[in-house]
Amino acid sequence: MFDLSLVLSGRYQELLLAGLLLSLELAAAALACALPLALVVALLRLAPVRPLRWAGSAFVESIRNVPLLAHMLFWYFGAPEMLPAALKQRLYEGNVEALSALIALTLYTAAFMAEDIRSGIRAIPPVQFEAGRSLGLGYLATMRLVILPQALRITVPPLISQTLNLWKNTSIATVIGVGELMYQAAQVESASFRSFEPFAFATASYLTVSLLITAVAAWYQRRYPVRTT
Amino acid sequence: MRDLIDTYGVYFLVGQYPRGPLGGLALTLLLAASALLLALPLGLALGVARLSGWRALRWPVTALVFVVRGTPLLMVIFWAYFFLPTLTGYKTSQFGTMLIALVVFDGVYLAEIVRAGILGLGKGQMEAARALGLSHLQALRRVVLPQALRHMLPSLVNQFVSTIKETSLGYIIGLSEVSFIATQINTEVFTKPVQVYLSLGFTYFALCFGLSRFAYWVEARGLRHAPPGVRA
Amino acid sequence: MIRFERVNKWYGSYQALVDIDETVATGEVVVVCGPSGSGKSTLVRTVNRLEPIQGGRIEIDGRDIHARGTDVNALRARIGFVFQQFNLFPHLTALQNCTLAPVQLGRMGAKEADELGRALLDRVGLAHKAGAYPAQLSGGQQQRVAIARALAQQPPLMLFDEPTSALDPEMVGEVLAVMRNLAKDGMTMICVSHEMGFAREVADRVLFMDAGRILERAPPAEFFLRPQHPRAQQFLADIRTPFAAG
Repeated sequence: MFDLSLVLSGRYQELLLAGLLLSLELAAAALACALPLALVVALLRLAPVRPLRWAGSAFVESIRNVPLLAHMLFWYFGAPEMLPAALKQRLYEGNVEALSALIALTLYTAAFMAEDIRSGIRAIPPVQFEAGRSLGLGYLATMRLVILPQALRITVPPLISQTLNLWKNTSIATVIGVGELMYQAAQVESASFRSFEPFAFATASYLTVSLLITAVAAWYQRRYPVRTT
Repeated sequence: MRDLIDTYGVYFLVGQYPRGPLGGLALTLLLAASALLLALPLGLALGVARLSGWRALRWPVTALVFVVRGTPLLMVIFWAYFFLPTLTGYKTSQFGTMLIALVVFDGVYLAEIVRAGILGLGKGQMEAARALGLSHLQALRRVVLPQALRHMLPSLVNQFVSTIKETSLGYIIGLSEVSFIATQINTEVFTKPVQVYLSLGFTYFALCFGLSRFAYWVEARGLRHAPPGVRA
Repeated sequence: MIRFERVNKWYGSYQALVDIDETVATGEVVVVCGPSGSGKSTLVRTVNRLEPIQGGRIEIDGRDIHARGTDVNALRARIGFVFQQFNLFPHLTALQNCTLAPVQLGRMGAKEADELGRALLDRVGLAHKAGAYPAQLSGGQQQRVAIARALAQQPPLMLFDEPTSALDPEMVGEVLAVMRNLAKDGMTMICVSHEMGFAREVADRVLFMDAGRILERAPPAEFFLRPQHPRAQQFLADIRTPFAAG
């Protein structure tokens, strides 16, 4: 009834593996771009200057409250139209689908990560800062030696959780035609008329990577637990 | 932009209703509200089961939670789409498929919220209730859950916001929710994709941001009006 | 009434109770004292099965409380337990805290429970606070409500796990007064407590525990004047002269 050999070798497997690989690449690229962006946005939201704080908030709220699917549709259908013709031409010659997906994923993930980073920094009691200063350490030194090391421990677990979400969110790129895992599973399904096997493969792949990411989180929390006074 | 709204405004809001099935923003809201309402009892049951003393209950539920949380929602929707007809015997509508997928998916996330809410209460309350002779279920019903649910209210509203965003995935199976309708409009108009998709984004923003603010208000109000002594 | 037979308990590899053999007679007031970590709280929590045991037997009125088929809820309804942290239900008033269990367990109707609750609150001196929520009460008042709540089940046995340890010093007296009255009325009580004055005045017997064992058992007069076991002597010395240089 269920013939897993269909997807464990041969052409169908090649397609599925190519999809899996693209999903992983998309997630990795988005993560690499989102983290620095998230840090910048978090610092904006904590800035002493009101316009900067407002800019950070606007970024976070306008992105978080719109579904990723709508983001992808905008970047794929809408954004290229705003470019000058020559640039648009070049874009369409390249992999516009993957680029749109990457931008959407990066912005979406960065918005959530920025919040986690901000929470992490804010979670350090202000007295810690006072304690550092009263020892004679300057502002930057206190930040570097006292605040940020503690904030890191608090921030990393939620960031790993967001990475898990990012991994699952790569599946949405299928709507704009990116050939990642979900797309390939659907392709195999329509080519072979078998739905169980390709979806089982895809589900297992998603679960395996999710398991790995969760294991990393558990390892981190055990190895670097949050030390409270 | 103005003529876009004039021509397609109603279509965007309610789809082809009344000359056809409900669609657009109205469908999005209906789907989200129904899904959350049905997911709540499921989430409550699963959350309590996750904390049960019986391994026979705890392990399968924990496994289910883990599997569902490690899988993209899109995958869950595909499973529902391709296998529900086989399971139930007749062809499930797109709305039905989406509804079931969302109920299962959100039920699991709600289970985690319930579990966190109960654990956050601390074991003193449960112990005191059990020490009086109340059974586990009585203690949950009369002592633990009333307190835990009150604390969970802001999280529940946030979950509703997430559910609204999740309805957008109905696009993939051709459900006429608001993102799908937007794309239909875009295909017809063709020359104004930026306006169409920015409007879509703005609609979601207004809805979700508004609800998040409501969640804040609920939380603040809960703190002000709670019977004195309910720990914030 | 209560009998411990070779009771042993472990938390993982740590043994919390070692070969406990003891009997508490009906109407007796027993105070259990000893240093931190001696197992006193653990011991008292095994009586209503808040803590399981791995070896030995515990009998109440001749019946093994761990026997198969024992209804643990029925057992607990017959034992009153007072916690160090009070654990009142914050979403209910003082009166509702008292009436919850009797009504839920079907032992009496709402009206009856109400009357009983008020009578008990009166007994602990808090009749005027029946409609107050725990957050509106002081620590001493909360603990007294907790005692009334435990008494609402009309149990023949009361267990106290360091009932005054979480209280500010000026409120300790009011709680001890309630406990003294209970003892006078003939209640069987096991109290884990540091309050030596209370033990001296009210207890029929003092049990001294250390490292999971009962090292000494004696009437209070004897225990405080002539402790036999070296650890007990050390303990009493430490309590009396906390600032004595080593």
